[in-house]
Amino acid sequence: MSNPKVVRILFVLLSIGASLLVTSVLVMVVGQSPLDVLDRIWQGAFRNSESTAGVFNFWIPLALCSMGLILTFTAGLWNIGAEGQVLAGAIAASWAARTFVLPNEIQIPLELLFAVAGGALWGLLIGILKTRFGVNEIFGGVGLNAIISVYSIYLIAGPWQPPEGGSAQSTQPFPDHALLHPMNETFPVSLIALILTAVAIVAVYLLLRGTRWGLQLKATGKNAKSALLLGVPTTRATLTALMAGGVLAGLAGAYRVLFTYDSLRPNVSGGIGYLGLLLVLLTGMSAIWTPIVAFIFAAILSGSTRLRVSLGLDSSLAGVLQGILVLSMLLFNGVRQRWEERRKSKTVTPSAVESQPTPSNAKAASGE
Amino acid sequence: MELEFQHINKTFGRVRANQDISLTLRAGRIVGILGENGAGKSTLMKILSGYQPADSGEILVDGVPLHAGNPQAAIEAGIGMLQQDPLDVSPFTVLENFTYGQVPGKRLNSREAAKRIREQAALFGFDLDPDQTISSLSIGQRQQLEIMRLLELGVKALILDEPTTGISAEQKEVLFAALRNLAKRDGLIVLLVSHKLEDVIALCDEVVVLRGGVLVGDRQMPATTAELVELMFGQALTPQSRESVPLGSSALRFDGVTLRNKRVAVEKFTLEVRHGEVIGFAGLDGSGQELILRACAGLVRPSAGHILLNGQDLTGKHFRAYRENGVVFSSAGRVEEGLIAGLTLTEHLAVTNSGAFIDWEAQRERTAAQIKHFNVRGTPESEIQQLSGGNQQRFLMALLPDRPNLLVLEQPTRGLDVDSARISGSSCWRAVMLARQSCSHRPIWMRW
Repeated sequence: MSNPKVVRILFVLLSIGASLLVTSVLVMVVGQSPLDVLDRIWQGAFRNSESTAGVFNFWIPLALCSMGLILTFTAGLWNIGAEGQVLAGAIAASWAARTFVLPNEIQIPLELLFAVAGGALWGLLIGILKTRFGVNEIFGGVGLNAIISVYSIYLIAGPWQPPEGGSAQSTQPFPDHALLHPMNETFPVSLIALILTAVAIVAVYLLLRGTRWGLQLKATGKNAKSALLLGVPTTRATLTALMAGGVLAGLAGAYRVLFTYDSLRPNVSGGIGYLGLLLVLLTGMSAIWTPIVAFIFAAILSGSTRLRVSLGLDSSLAGVLQGILVLSMLLFNGVRQRWEERRKSKTVTPSAVESQPTPSNAKAASGE
Repeated sequence: MELEFQHINKTFGRVRANQDISLTLRAGRIVGILGENGAGKSTLMKILSGYQPADSGEILVDGVPLHAGNPQAAIEAGIGMLQQDPLDVSPFTVLENFTYGQVPGKRLNSREAAKRIREQAALFGFDLDPDQTISSLSIGQRQQLEIMRLLELGVKALILDEPTTGISAEQKEVLFAALRNLAKRDGLIVLLVSHKLEDVIALCDEVVVLRGGVLVGDRQMPATTAELVELMFGQALTPQSRESVPLGSSALRFDGVTLRNKRVAVEKFTLEVRHGEVIGFAGLDGSGQELILRACAGLVRPSAGHILLNGQDLTGKHFRAYRENGVVFSSAGRVEEGLIAGLTLTEHLAVTNSGAFIDWEAQRERTAAQIKHFNVRGTPESEIQQLSGGNQQRFLMALLPDRPNLLVLEQPTRGLDVDSARISGSSCWRAVMLARQSCSHRPIWMRW
């Protein structure tokens, strides 16, 4: 019990267990077997490679978006605007998909580049509003989310509607050469996206651990006034953090239009911007835990789609489970922190250093 | 009332803040708690006032054990603490703050409370109006309010943590008169935590000295400064001598500069500082020193006039432009403005460096060297808020860049004891030497 890492994992498992227990009680109240429900969710998520691919397809944009949010949260920014940045990326990628007619190998990088630029621009706008005009990033984010959301609906219902007439359901599907392709039939996941996500996770981890920029974000986030006096370019830190968050959110948006769907649709993000916020708060901005917890969420969400078919339960039960999971994780996080504090004040050697970067990581990061 | 500490122990990590402290305090006495930074004074007072529990040991109030680690229980037992930064709520009025903490059943209505404030203020000679907002009060007035609030709660033992920091000489006289009255007339126990020996000598009946968490002395006053210094440090300290340095070219020029904030305006201020000069700003807090010092670093923009640095006009430029021109600014509020709570010492040093990547091993070594050089009590992995005030100040000195053109220090010795101030003094002197600046003290007096 003395190893804090083991304790941490233990607490995560404990919170998952507790939330399952509470959900079970709720399921039993409506006269269903909780084991059945769990089994169906599990089956829904992992019964075969196609369903597992479904989990990954939800995980990829969620993880991308969440990793970007870690950067903005580290800089002390409540980037509610992530949702809008996802949409901006989706719209930019859609524009490129509709405009260019190029071989797939060239077209895809071009579309992703547009998505990245779109997301970054939408993030930068929040930053400019904040640093130049003193608009809090939460308000700026909410405003920009609304604008881009309405704009996407305008595009779908107006200029980008299918030639047979707009039903406001989606744009004309993009041609095949403009879409991301699955790696194979039995595991339909985009390899490019999977690789990009892995790179994003590692990059965010290393940026925060071993670079001056990462430390500047942290310093700005904890105390911008002091950071400025210490010589940190705090305005630049704010702007770049929001842009970097926008880059990853934009990629997530591109994935939604170029793979999950084949067109731009209303609410194309499916709320991953907001879900990402929740996740990052939940994991305390941990670059290691965020993708893992994102995967658990993706599995529950993806798996629960089968509940209605098999048990006649609405898939919103997954939302209930998710909500309880969030609450119990926050609860157990609090319990763990108290426990650690008590332990810290009792032991003779201070153990406040565990969360600090270790030399080996730092060396790896600095490329020495 | 009688307070009895019985074998109080408290450790923080490796630091033994209080070791087996036993002490008895009697009614009607003003007791000074002396010790250098990190000696364990604040810890002991926090244990007494219920802000944190002791690891072991007990405090008896008239023979009854005090419920540990609970400020409310402490107040109910008659123990109240005036924090260095008074615990008030700034958007609210004196009246509203005065009634906080009162037991619901016995709460005064606002008319009674206003009357009470006026009576008490008149009695003590305090300058307080029930309808003023906290943000319009000086630190001294906020202290007065907090003292009145605690007395209203029925406090019989009053702890004051560095009460004379940041208040005017007149406010200090009023405060001391009030404290004497409280002890002699009303029979309160007054505990004065202070670094300022002259305050302790002027006010106290008895002095308790802590060193390294251990009670090393308990002495009836009067005693001389030299005796007390020796008790505090275990040795006598000698003041440092000052070298004189020839003055160089113009480092900073204020040309008819007008500066304003909500409270005070500095009109058409003109000043020339040459390399090698040390300028002191004296006067009551809030008379405009803060504005001028901040204008030196580009943190406040003048509404008229020009600021020249090494002959270059930097009027209206951003702080960063000043910094690039060798201006180093260190503010009075350390953890609010200057240091970053939640960052380790190594991270502080690393963030002030340049280069895209961080070699943590090298940074840690550099931090360890700076810690040693500036005699900071802490490790490279300590988070800054875990350090005591004096150690934070010394580490802040370690963070200042080498070879500044102009060093702007706002209350650099605030809350420091003689020894810390000596160390800080010598180290900033080192920086000044590097910049070919030194001590031709030219004080500037400031009034409203």
